[in-house]
Amino acid sequence: MITFTINGRRRQVDVPPEMPLLWVIRETLGLTGTKYGCGMALCGVCTVHLDGAPVRTCVTPVSAVAGKKVTTIEGLSDKGDHPVQRAWTEVDVPQCGFCQPGQIMSAAALLATKPSPTDADIDDAMSGNICRCGTYQRIRAAIHRAAALKKGGAR
Amino acid sequence: MKTGISRRALLKGGLAVGAGLSIGFPVVQAARRVARAQTPGVFAPNQWLRIDRDGVVTIVNSVPEMGQGSLTTTSMIIADELDAVLDNVRVEQAPANPALYKNPVTGNQAYGGSRGVRDHFDMWRKAAAGAREMLAQAAANEWGVPVESVETEAGAALHRATGRRLLYGQLVDRAQQLPVPQNPTLKTPDKFRYIGKVVHRRDTPEKITGRGVYGMDVQVPGMLVASIERCPVFGGKVKSFDATAAKRVKGVKHVVQVSNGVAVVADGLWPALQGRKALRVTWDEGPTAQVSSATITREYEAAAKQPGQVAKNEGDAEKVLAGGGRVHEAVYQVPFLEHACMEPMNATAQVTPEACVIWAPTQNPGGTQAMAAKLTGLPPEKVTVNTTLLGGGFGRRGELDFIVDAVETAKAVGKPVKVMWTREDDITHGFYRPATHNVFRAALDANGAPVAWFTRMVGPGILIQKGRAQAGTIDAAAVEAVRNMPYDIQNLRIEWINKDLGIPLGFWRSVGASQNGFIVESFIDELAHLAGKDPYEYRRALLGKSPRHKGVLELAATKASWGAPLPPGRARGIAVAFSYGSYVATVAEVSVAPDGAVRVHRLVAAIDPGLAVNPEQVRAQMEGGAVYALTATFYGRITIDRGRVQQSNFNDYPMLRINEMPVVDVHILDSGEAPGGLGEPGVPTVAPAVCNAVYAATGKRVRSLPIDRNELRRA
Repeated sequence: MITFTINGRRRQVDVPPEMPLLWVIRETLGLTGTKYGCGMALCGVCTVHLDGAPVRTCVTPVSAVAGKKVTTIEGLSDKGDHPVQRAWTEVDVPQCGFCQPGQIMSAAALLATKPSPTDADIDDAMSGNICRCGTYQRIRAAIHRAAALKKGGAR
Repeated sequence: MKTGISRRALLKGGLAVGAGLSIGFPVVQAARRVARAQTPGVFAPNQWLRIDRDGVVTIVNSVPEMGQGSLTTTSMIIADELDAVLDNVRVEQAPANPALYKNPVTGNQAYGGSRGVRDHFDMWRKAAAGAREMLAQAAANEWGVPVESVETEAGAALHRATGRRLLYGQLVDRAQQLPVPQNPTLKTPDKFRYIGKVVHRRDTPEKITGRGVYGMDVQVPGMLVASIERCPVFGGKVKSFDATAAKRVKGVKHVVQVSNGVAVVADGLWPALQGRKALRVTWDEGPTAQVSSATITREYEAAAKQPGQVAKNEGDAEKVLAGGGRVHEAVYQVPFLEHACMEPMNATAQVTPEACVIWAPTQNPGGTQAMAAKLTGLPPEKVTVNTTLLGGGFGRRGELDFIVDAVETAKAVGKPVKVMWTREDDITHGFYRPATHNVFRAALDANGAPVAWFTRMVGPGILIQKGRAQAGTIDAAAVEAVRNMPYDIQNLRIEWINKDLGIPLGFWRSVGASQNGFIVESFIDELAHLAGKDPYEYRRALLGKSPRHKGVLELAATKASWGAPLPPGRARGIAVAFSYGSYVATVAEVSVAPDGAVRVHRLVAAIDPGLAVNPEQVRAQMEGGAVYALTATFYGRITIDRGRVQQSNFNDYPMLRINEMPVVDVHILDSGEAPGGLGEPGVPTVAPAVCNAVYAATGKRVRSLPIDRNELRRA
């Protein structure tokens, strides 16, 4: 049994300790907003926050999160109104949308540590997240917009 | 925002099946829809829309949402002609039912070729305009006034003279008694309320919260999850397998042979993958095991020495070229490419003796239904296809292989099964953009203008391989954007040689134009430089018979300040092409580092898509097409060794990332023509614009993709 907190709720799971957190989140806990894309931490679609920091769940054994706090896209905000999500809507970022939960979790983690990221900061924080539809230009614009929204008082 | 691909809608389908419902879903849906025409309380004049007494408009979108924005655009078009309020519109995804939802141009309920808007625009408008006229007539009857005096706006009919107003919801019962008009009057463009305006995407809320349901997110009660071990060699078959160790893995329930390999079925993907690792399979690798990239290259080169089939012949290019003068020759090569949708292939199916239900991220609901009917022996109407959101399509999801996996596995184990592909499965078992080898020859007159042009293309034909064109004919997909290239050259000969060595082929975003835009626009650039002319002016002078090409070329050049000085080390390149109904020109600004690394700083693109239904999504598709094309320009290459794909994941089949993203500046030219395509046209001009800029910067001509930085190295 491994116990951890996910989106504010304590959960206990009976799974092999080496099982990647991704499959625990998606299949054991049924939270499918976190996606599978590569299984090798190469694409970022499986990104969640572990004690606030972005991690790739496809290579994180569930044993590594025992006693820790996991936040998935479903737990980022109550109403989908985190500044990053608001900015994503304003800028019309998503196309197919499959990579966007991972992009948003990476962006939210960036803004938590760097409230006014430069383009270079964005490159550093976001280059682990692939978008095959090619929404990078809008992601960049939306991160700057989210930074402004956050400063404007939106959480 | 409510779309039909909510978790609840899909789960409802799943639960109904789990509860033992034995009637195929499409039958239920279609029957319900027909019945609604007579059911009080719902006005359903056709298969595309219905309105209830609360005034809620439900639009049925037949085009799968794969990122192109079909949920939004379809709603915009119908809401506009209906005079409905877009915010009060629900949209749901159409079931597989080709009789009702086939593409009127192709005749199939399958979507590719950037055909969403351009093939359905008139039909959807007519469907909505007819409904609007019926609602207006219902109001006229209610008020006892001539219908000509009734106007509609914002979900209501009104009689301006008397100030009377009725909401659509209040007209539902009267309207549904009226005959459906055969030739309703369409709005004139000045009356458009949504079409041509910037409308935010309506699927964003579910895509930024994790609520949207993609294929891999489908959960059906009692469902098992499978992973399939496939022959590493294309076309190979299972000779025998030993599942003893696989079955010992905790959670593994079944190991079954299916046509694409051996399926390990478990209570989750993780145990299925462990079981798959423990599986021992002996393969009959078949003839493709003799094929490697080196073999393919050799065969192409040998074939290129022979005459090809004539795809186009005007004047006498061979004679002019044999006559001497300034003749230039070059060979261009492109590799196989995989689509690499962000969502790896997957599908879910349940097969009972009475019905088959499929949940799939598919571009091809109609083909899925027909395939499953064949595999299960059920009539098509007993096969329900629920199209989920697609995590990318790009042509890959028009194929049925991954759905065959699910249907066969579910049938074999008698339970609902989700088949999940790994990224490695996805890269190594794709349907690839053909590798090609292309010989060009041109003769220039004293002024440097081309008087003869010869292209011989060698490569496989997608349509022929798939049996959609006859062997021995010219494969239209192989020669597109060459056969119809825009330049006015008196003597023109285009040949094609079909050389198919058994690598599975597929339609890859912009298909033949994806490589042919590169080869034609690079070679014309070579001629411009050979003639000592400006590459923009050189093209422009040859576009006398192609005004829409010329229009976008001029717009792109103007917006990119073609000819104006650039910062030191930067250079521009230009390219123009037609594909999938739209005209695009791109100017690239690049610099090349001493180590040969190419940096694209900016792409200025001009597109003439005819009527731009949603301009913001036109820009989004162009931005996306640019990224797809840049990945192919810098990274994309699938190589084959003894019938096996040598790449397997994003480490050896890399994608462009945000740190390499140039500014993409999109300009829309409103030509007033009918809508063209958007998903694909952004791709073909990017590689040539970049490579032409590389030439301008370095004097080195890139004739083979992806760009090899070693060939551009100066230090």
